[in-house]
Amino acid sequence: MASDAKGFSKKDPVVCRGLGKTWAAGTSRAHEALKGIDLDVKPGEFVVLLGPSGCGKSTLLYLIAGLEDVTTGELNHFGEPVTGPSPDRSLIFQETSLFPWLTVWENVAFGLSIRGASHAERKEAAVQALREVGLTAAMNKRPDELSGGMRQRVAVARALAMRPKVLLMDEPFAALDVQTRQKMQDFLLDVWRDSGATVLFVTHHIDEAVALSDRVVVFTSRPGRIKTIVTNDLPRPRDPFAPESEAMRRHLTAQLRDEVDRAFAEQESFGA
Amino acid sequence: MADAAPDMRAGGARASGGATAPPARAPLVAPEKLRGFIASFGWTVASVGLFTLIWEFCWLVGWADPKLLPPPHIFLGQIGEQTKFFNTATRWAVGVNPDSGPTGLESVMVTVAATMARVVAGLVIASVLAISLGVLIRYYVMVERLTLPTITLLSPVSPIAWLPVAIFLFGIGNAPAIFMVVVALFFHMVLATVTHIDNVNRNFIHVARTMGATKRQVYARVVIPAILPGLLMVLRLNLFGAWMVVLVAESTGVGHGLGQVIMLARNTFNPSLVFFVIALIGVLGFLTDWALRMVQHRVLYWLPEKGAHHGL
Repeated sequence: MASDAKGFSKKDPVVCRGLGKTWAAGTSRAHEALKGIDLDVKPGEFVVLLGPSGCGKSTLLYLIAGLEDVTTGELNHFGEPVTGPSPDRSLIFQETSLFPWLTVWENVAFGLSIRGASHAERKEAAVQALREVGLTAAMNKRPDELSGGMRQRVAVARALAMRPKVLLMDEPFAALDVQTRQKMQDFLLDVWRDSGATVLFVTHHIDEAVALSDRVVVFTSRPGRIKTIVTNDLPRPRDPFAPESEAMRRHLTAQLRDEVDRAFAEQESFGA
Repeated sequence: MADAAPDMRAGGARASGGATAPPARAPLVAPEKLRGFIASFGWTVASVGLFTLIWEFCWLVGWADPKLLPPPHIFLGQIGEQTKFFNTATRWAVGVNPDSGPTGLESVMVTVAATMARVVAGLVIASVLAISLGVLIRYYVMVERLTLPTITLLSPVSPIAWLPVAIFLFGIGNAPAIFMVVVALFFHMVLATVTHIDNVNRNFIHVARTMGATKRQVYARVVIPAILPGLLMVLRLNLFGAWMVVLVAESTGVGHGLGQVIMLARNTFNPSLVFFVIALIGVLGFLTDWALRMVQHRVLYWLPEKGAHHGL
């Protein structure tokens, strides 16, 4: 079992020690989603969380975002325990989460309006963030006038406007078609490089993990544990057709196959 | 009906002949919008016309007794006589000249305005109270524990059962009629508000929270705008309920109102007057629904236009 359990760094944006989460703890419906997670994420690192559906990787993201309470273990953010949500850690969802009653720029400036920033400040920050995602022209449109890919770029701009240290992304491109998804991956790598933020990216797509990650954390399911952590030091920009990429894909596929087989066997035993 | 049909045909001809004969100048209204409006208006006229024809046919062959079920040409033909039954305030008082007072048309307008004002007042009061309480129920657990069980118990009670209560509390006049409308809407709207709050997209709330929004900000900036579309729909559905209840309340005597005219028609055995008021209420209900739809369109500018899928 690969694990990062060692010293305790105040410089690391995310440090998990024996982290566990049980839904509906103490009731008959109690369900252990995560168990014994040890993970250190370095500043500026791009970490992909890979695993079959229902393995708890999204739960880990919600814990790091501070939207859910930790059941067991420790979770630290720059040496401070995570006790609730913070603009330092922005979450981006698969499904569009833009407010339909606000224009694109008002959506991007939403976090600043929460802080009570003036109209001029908000507009300036929104224009700046929209420039970073190449969407200044759409600033006065409404979310439903945009394509799925553009909406996700606006969601990224909204997160960037808060100048977060950590970007948490929960299968953000899963609802997009293959061509748009590839474009969005390149776009995300640009944003990551320019912003210097740490990214934790949940996906069940092996191609996506190979294309994006510095490290891939492979999960087992029920309860979710870390099966292995694979370092991906392929040179960037990456060629998905290079033999090295192919080898990485093979390796990750082999790691995941056992888990998928196990999940299937479990489902079949439920059916019997 | 006769004059609507050529309009519809003209609309169809324009649609098919558009390719060969381009329009000479830009139309004032978007042609597809105008065509849609003419078509829906035409079908409304056709639908009403169909039932009118059936009714008139029944009268013609002698199945419908004109004394009991006077067909439209009779009860609408007597408008002039019937309007004198509206605004009953002083007309039958001893020593008052029966021809004095407002004209027939004025009387109808006064009566309609009085009833309409009660419906609108009831709607506004019920909406404000119900939405406020619904939000408070989800905001403070204690409010939920103390009020929700009672509201759930009272919501299936027919508004008619509240009529005696309205009279005990408010006597005779505007107040009991408005109270009835409020009671008819309030409980359902509280429950609808709570349900809509529970169904707000969790991601919206998560986003606001990760951006540092307090509970109060989450409610003001996210929950309330997110539940508005559903609530306006609830309001529209309950509007018809309000129209039904206000007539019952008015039949107990409130000065003047459409419900009172119906009661007068019943007591004086005047079917023509009954059908005239029914037609009037139909038109008014339709117009208020249309007005609410316009409000919905204005307030909920962000919602896409609903396409007609005809349930498929």
